[in-house]
Amino acid sequence: MIEVNKKNFTEEVLQADKPVIVDFWGPSCQPCLTLMPEVEQLSHTYHEQVKLVKLNSAENRKLCIQYRVMGLPAFLLFKDGEVVKRISGDSLTKDDIEALINESLGVSHY
Amino acid sequence: MTGTCVYDVIIAGAGPAGMTAAVYTARANMSTLLVENSQPGGQMTKTEAIENYPGYRHILGPDLSREMLEHSVKFGTEVLNGNVEEIKDDFPYKTVLVDGYPYQAKSVIIGTGAKHRSLNIPGEKELSGFGVSYCAVCDGAFFEDLEVVVVGGGDAAVEEAVFLTRFASKVTVIHRRDELRAQRILQNRAFAHEKIEFIWNHTVEEILGDGMVSGVRIKHTITGEESDYPCVGVFIYIGMDPLTSCVNRLGITNENGYVLVDENMKTSIDGIFSAGDVNEKMLRQIVTATGDGSIAAMSAQHYVDYLEEKLQTEQEVKEHDNASY
Repeated sequence: MIEVNKKNFTEEVLQADKPVIVDFWGPSCQPCLTLMPEVEQLSHTYHEQVKLVKLNSAENRKLCIQYRVMGLPAFLLFKDGEVVKRISGDSLTKDDIEALINESLGVSHY
Repeated sequence: MTGTCVYDVIIAGAGPAGMTAAVYTARANMSTLLVENSQPGGQMTKTEAIENYPGYRHILGPDLSREMLEHSVKFGTEVLNGNVEEIKDDFPYKTVLVDGYPYQAKSVIIGTGAKHRSLNIPGEKELSGFGVSYCAVCDGAFFEDLEVVVVGGGDAAVEEAVFLTRFASKVTVIHRRDELRAQRILQNRAFAHEKIEFIWNHTVEEILGDGMVSGVRIKHTITGEESDYPCVGVFIYIGMDPLTSCVNRLGITNENGYVLVDENMKTSIDGIFSAGDVNEKMLRQIVTATGDGSIAAMSAQHYVDYLEEKLQTEQEVKEHDNASY
């Protein structure tokens, strides 16, 4: 999974040629860390259809503020440079993220 | 359906109660399946420092979670990631539905725990992740030099209020009573902290903000007077609700939804035991959850021995009857 930051965010997320899901995580967010291996796995499974990347919120405060992320973990779905859907909260599970991926695939068909 | 695929015990929930039960049952050579739908550790994974679990003067919640899980796995516990949908009191074996798939066991230990309670007020759901949070450890850092409120007056509310002072410029605890329920040591820390203020006798009626939290509407519990209080973060710690949807049909809970057990962690149904925060009890702590877990494990072991003996006797009687024809 690519780690995005302020330097590569435009290129990797906003200008991507397919839907992108950004995993906003933080080093002291245990739910984020526990989910991470499953997110990594999903990124492999769906790598042809969707791009899953991660963003360390502790090192990228400005991006968090820009996208109004104030709760972790948060998963934002970007399509053509715009946020089209977001999910967040410490009770998120792998199933929720997979549902978001499937939704991104649905969106991309239109 | 009997035969190879019947566990001695299935444990629903891998919090401190369930993981301790698994240490005991697996170590007693019982085939043990531990089912968890989220992260092993339960509420421990969402707290930072634990200071009252004997033997550890200071341990991180995630670290203790990992230690307990590894401990139970070391003795042979099988861990399954899935959601326990229903526990059925079938005979001779219990059925546990996990993500629609039936697992069978001679005994079941419920250790599903509890989940943070919501205020259920306007703005709470809409602004969740936009300033409304239930996890100070996860989200506290977003509020550096900002003003936040904590709703509640118990241990969690006061402990997290103190934690949030690391980031926030001001933390206001809003409580509906005129005194805290939290342990004295926590209260003292909060009262002594220059960044922490208190608003007594107020309930939070609404969370305000357009896309981001901008404040809370509070109401005086006695005069009924309403006012708006500005803040950019709202941390809600007003208590827990037991997670008992998988046992709803068994009729083993009280009017508040907690499972009723005797001192041996037995529910009113033979072979179904319950431990930890999901139970009706006086003190909900890691140390009491682990205590419950060990007792539930021992009770399950006794029950399984009894059940096997009973089934064996029935089998022998049947064979004897058949032989005498």
